[in-house]
Amino acid sequence: MAQREQWGTRLGFILAAVGSAIGLGNIWRFPYMAYENGGGAFLIPYFFALITAGIPIIILEFGMGHKYKGSAPLTFAKIKKKWEWLGWWQVFVSFIISVYYVVVIAWALNYTLMSADLGWGSNPSDFFFKDFLALSSSPLSLGGIVWPIFIAALVIWFVTWLVLYSGVKRGIELANKIFMPVLFILLLIMLGRAVTLEGASEGLQWLFRPDFSAIMDYKVWTAAYGQIFFTLSICFAIMITYSSYLPDKSDINNNGMMTAFINCGFSMLAGIMVFGVLGHMALQQGVPVKDVVGSGVGLAFVTIPKAINLLPASGFFGFLFFLSLVFAGMSSMISITEACCSAVIDKFGWGRKKTATGFTLVGFLCSLIFMTNGGLLVLDIVDHFINNFGIVFAGLVEVVLVSWFFKLETVREHINGLSDFRIGMWWNFCLKVVTPIVLGYMAIANLIGDIQKSYGGYPMSALVMFGWCVVLGIIVLSVFLQTRKGSPQSA
Amino acid sequence: MTTGAIIMMLFGLGVTWGGAAVCLSIAMKHRVA
Repeated sequence: MAQREQWGTRLGFILAAVGSAIGLGNIWRFPYMAYENGGGAFLIPYFFALITAGIPIIILEFGMGHKYKGSAPLTFAKIKKKWEWLGWWQVFVSFIISVYYVVVIAWALNYTLMSADLGWGSNPSDFFFKDFLALSSSPLSLGGIVWPIFIAALVIWFVTWLVLYSGVKRGIELANKIFMPVLFILLLIMLGRAVTLEGASEGLQWLFRPDFSAIMDYKVWTAAYGQIFFTLSICFAIMITYSSYLPDKSDINNNGMMTAFINCGFSMLAGIMVFGVLGHMALQQGVPVKDVVGSGVGLAFVTIPKAINLLPASGFFGFLFFLSLVFAGMSSMISITEACCSAVIDKFGWGRKKTATGFTLVGFLCSLIFMTNGGLLVLDIVDHFINNFGIVFAGLVEVVLVSWFFKLETVREHINGLSDFRIGMWWNFCLKVVTPIVLGYMAIANLIGDIQKSYGGYPMSALVMFGWCVVLGIIVLSVFLQTRKGSPQSA
Repeated sequence: MTTGAIIMMLFGLGVTWGGAAVCLSIAMKHRVA
């Protein structure tokens, strides 16, 4: 049996785990969530969610991956043979995310190159939707390939292939040792610029003004748990896979906490940077900050370019901002794709090089649909369904099965035996009670919400094809893969 | 910025980066993988 690959250093593992957790959402989702849900007061449910769900789950996944030394399907199969499908479910969620995530990074790469001469012009909204994407009117009319996105995506798939092909130590670890320090330096430079802009303090006032009455609203707590859940790369096979490459003597508890705190710290800094810039923009336009606030794709590719146009040395700031999106996205992309490759290697006994090449080709072909004129609309539907039904339901099933139908104590004893500090029974309580209740509520609320009202006003046929069929299809495929005989070393 | 907003910003930065610093110092003391 081949020796499992290992990280070269502890720093390499931490940077890779942090790189996976830090993604586009830290920059374009967290600040808006905080602003929208009580400002500074949001930090109270946010940190509560971090301690009662984020850290317990990340430690659980690090512990399982390390103890059973396998990708997600192999790890779950080693725990109980009939749970292998759960690992495959998470792997397919990762695969689907990878094929559209690469396209968002491709947009950012295009914008990085355009930033020198502010290629988005004086009307970034029209530029993004009409000129750059040439967005079609329906997800069912895909139109043609948008070639600048195609070329950028090709480059990103090539880099991803190169990293996966080179292995854990010489590929993933090395890439993150470059991406992460550069990303933090980029963020610190932008932060320094943003907070010294005229009007920045007004932006920060809107972000951090504490509205403590929001804490009484259960929706704010759900938003906080959702933000923590989505930001840490948990429950979609990544952290189990990454921790399976740790050496036998590894400090699981501290590694888990460090990853979680650094990720959330990055979100805090990104929030200050984004709202500093928005505050300046609002001042320049003579409008309140609430009129310029946004999130997601709209914030990154419309609002921020508008704000960049108003900055001194705007091209330089634009370059830094979009390059930081590329780096944050790339480190996550590598982790998402590695979770898939590792599962195939473990199950079928293929070599890494063959798997990386095959996976990249399949991934590239699948991502073509998101590079079309209708790509953004398809992406929006797939992302909504994968997040709300793929990740949340897979997370709920994982936590319930592992904490209620498996001796959770064996994992706790394993990690406490290795770690510098021990975790107590609070960890079991959080995993057995708190997390299932919150995830269960989120899952049911998501399901009811989508049944009552069609998402985004899209045609039902598009929602069925790109939403329901995708989330149900990957479950069927997962069960099918469990029935397939694997290589001798698979459990 | 109001005092309340400044306090919450420092609270957020303190918990996250303070937490990371404590973890890092523990790791530096013991130096295992």
